[in-house]
Amino acid sequence: MSDEIKMVDIFIMGKRYTVPETLTIMDGMEYAGYQLKRGCGCRAGFCGACATVYRIAGDFELKVGLACQTKVEDGMYLAQIPFFPGRKATFDLEEIKPSTAHFAQLYPEVYRCLGCSSCTKVCPQDIDVMQYIAYIQRGDFEKAADISFDCLMCGLCVSRCPANIVHYNAALTARRLYSRYIARPDAFLAERTKAIEAGECDAEIDALVNSNQAKLQEMYNTREIE
Amino acid sequence: MAYTGKLGELVKKVEESRASRVGVHYPRMSQEERQDVLEKFHPDYNPNGFRDIKVGVNKGARMPVEMADVFESWSRLRDTKLDLNADPDYDVDVLIIGGGGAGASAALEAYAAGSDVMIATKLRFGDANTMMAQGGIQAADKENDTPAIHYLDVVGGGRFENVPELARALVMDAPLVIKWLEDMGTMFDKKDDGTMVTIHGGGTSRKRMHAARDYTGAEIMRTLRDEVLNKGVTIVEFCAAVEIILDSKGRAAGAVLFNLETEQYLIARAKTVIIATGGSGRLHYRGFPTSNHYGATADGLVIGYRAGAKTIYADSIQYHPTGGAYPPQLLGLLVTEKTRGLGATPLNIKGEQFVYHLETRDVESSAILRECDERGLGVPLPTGITAVWLDSPIIELIHGEGTVEKQLPAMMRQFQRFGVDIRKEPMLIYPTLHYQNGGLLIDENGLTAVENLYVAGEAAGGIHGTNRLMGNSLLDIIVFGRRAGRHAAAVSKEASTPEGLNLDHVEAYHRELEETGAADGRVGPVLLPHYTHR
Ligand SMILES: Cc1cc2nc3c(=O)[nH]c(=O)nc-3n(C[C@H](O)[C@H](O)[C@H](O)COP(=O)(O)OP(=O)(O)OC[C@H]3O[C@@H](n4cnc5c(N)ncnc54)[C@H](O)[C@@H]3O)c2cc1C
Ligand code: SF4
Ligand code: SF4
Ligand code: FES
Repeated sequence: MSDEIKMVDIFIMGKRYTVPETLTIMDGMEYAGYQLKRGCGCRAGFCGACATVYRIAGDFELKVGLACQTKVEDGMYLAQIPFFPGRKATFDLEEIKPSTAHFAQLYPEVYRCLGCSSCTKVCPQDIDVMQYIAYIQRGDFEKAADISFDCLMCGLCVSRCPANIVHYNAALTARRLYSRYIARPDAFLAERTKAIEAGECDAEIDALVNSNQAKLQEMYNTREIE
Repeated sequence: MAYTGKLGELVKKVEESRASRVGVHYPRMSQEERQDVLEKFHPDYNPNGFRDIKVGVNKGARMPVEMADVFESWSRLRDTKLDLNADPDYDVDVLIIGGGGAGASAALEAYAAGSDVMIATKLRFGDANTMMAQGGIQAADKENDTPAIHYLDVVGGGRFENVPELARALVMDAPLVIKWLEDMGTMFDKKDDGTMVTIHGGGTSRKRMHAARDYTGAEIMRTLRDEVLNKGVTIVEFCAAVEIILDSKGRAAGAVLFNLETEQYLIARAKTVIIATGGSGRLHYRGFPTSNHYGATADGLVIGYRAGAKTIYADSIQYHPTGGAYPPQLLGLLVTEKTRGLGATPLNIKGEQFVYHLETRDVESSAILRECDERGLGVPLPTGITAVWLDSPIIELIHGEGTVEKQLPAMMRQFQRFGVDIRKEPMLIYPTLHYQNGGLLIDENGLTAVENLYVAGEAAGGIHGTNRLMGNSLLDIIVFGRRAGRHAAAVSKEASTPEGLNLDHVEAYHRELEETGAADGRVGPVLLPHYTHR
């Protein structure tokens, strides 16, 4: 059936290769003969390793996408951005609080956003990046955590930001602050943890660990299901 | 419309039968039927897929052919002279090989115990199977649940072949792990009062599956990674371990690393070594597509085995019934179990259901293979393979419009990218190679038979017997990552700098390969799969 599949020309860093049109950019590079080292992780749109910029011949617009999640197109000029030197602020989560004062010490550049929306336009996850930066500025870590959640940390927003903001790291810090301090801890989880540490669950489990298979099998087959 | 031509015609049969299928209960298989379909169609039961390994500490053990091939291979260092006892490139207490969830957890615990820790990893830190887990993580932290009840599910699911002490450690540490992650600022799904939202998973008797939307593994991985970076642990990326180094007393004492970019070998000396290299889906057993990340090539198993660690249940592989099959860009991609949980059913070329949609993973996969192979009722694809439909639009009929978007956002986005609107069009699926149930045998502290050599995560075996339940793997990598990290740190504290570093075990392994002629020209570990010009 393969002769039914149309071939297209792509230009990997300016060099032309002819590949089947059904491939992703990642598969297309491999088809062309590249043994990928960088720029390839999960191959399924989860890890953000494969940020790619491209332009279609004749078009002025510079486009971006994940190489594992974007199909090749005829006349595609492309280059991967497998690494982007984004800064990460280090912190001790127990020493900081979800406050604008603390956040400004870690990521002062967040407060210098120009509102150009380049980050939002570029995000392959369709996240309103500029908006989560705005929420962080306002100290609304809950909303920032909520709308930034699907971020893959691919770095494309960072590559376009005139204010040098490292959105994905700022968002991750916001999510950790929210989860640690604003979301309530699970009360029963804390109780159960203490019970296990105090050895209160040992007897029940050791009875099972020391049972023979026939007994276990019977218990398993007759166990109550919620 | 993603389906054109012949597929466009066939999809009509699915649409025609849809309304009549709503609310109709397809019968589950009896115990005999299940056994029968497994024996005839599950790849684990197909003798052609396996052979006995001829060399090493447990020669004679059964393995998938492709795994045996990489086990029976020459070292990459066969023709390389290295001075192992010169000044090493890295010198640490605890060397962790692999930057996934298990490696990161081990690093945090070893660091907390005061050790000098380093992670060497093949791709970027966090490019790992951990990042891809969508479904959830199990722990008995509800009033109607206990670690003992969890234990029974684990061993029943594992066909009673689990190592009891390992299964015990798994379930007893589970709530501690969730608490540890909660304190670290992991964004679990919660109710307003802080209670974790938990649901059922395949084979659970209580609702104990915790999730972070449908990016559970990613949320855990990025939190762990952020914390490891906060601590300033040394991370060496794009450096794959190609051999374990032993000392004059046969204890683990470091590893030879290969810088993938400069193609140089580097020596890392360490008092203890933790292998956390994950799974092996990229070996594509029996030619199956895989849900695994690019680096899942069994490297840790190969080098650990050469150093003297034994394998357990290396012949037990988990196939996930619903891997993407079409469009071709989605081949192997995991379609989350939740899709069937919400009511989507597999259908054959006639648009008819042929199996209850929530059989266990092994049975469901086998039934799909039977439909495609023996019965010839699969859907032939333009790419030359066959598949079956998974009727996702029926979800909207059952639970109301908007359910797919709300409940399956990641899935919807992934199919949308390649032109399939799963709210309106069914998916095309085929079983995908998903998880390595076995691995290298460890004890409760993650220790192997080789002194100072630990294994944690998917590379370890025994915990899940021969069948792992969903949600227990994310759990196991953190439980045993932490345990290995703590134990290795304690051992390192007492140990002096290793001496007499050598690769004698590799030479001995080579002699066995020569005697048996087993290796042909193969060199291992694989490091990166070859997909150039397929
Ligand atoms: C798509 C998908 C969905 C899943 N969903 C779930 C789920 O919902 N619930 C659940 O419990 N489990 C799930 N699993 C299983 C679970 O995610 C994995 O088993 C687990 O995350 C493995 O963790 P790990 O740390 O052992 O290995 P990984 O996370 O794979 O990390 C291994 C690391 O080692 C590195 N490495 C490999 N070889 C070398 C080498 N030679 N030298 C140096 N480094 C090396 C790799 O690059 C990688 O960074 C899923 C798996 C997949 C693939
Ligand atoms: S927010 Fe930035 S880093 Fe995150 S996915 Fe979008 S573009 Fe990538
Ligand atoms: S790209 Fe930078 S400056 Fe522009 S809106 Fe986004 S954060 Fe603000
Ligand atoms: S390789 Fe992970 S997002 Fe593309």
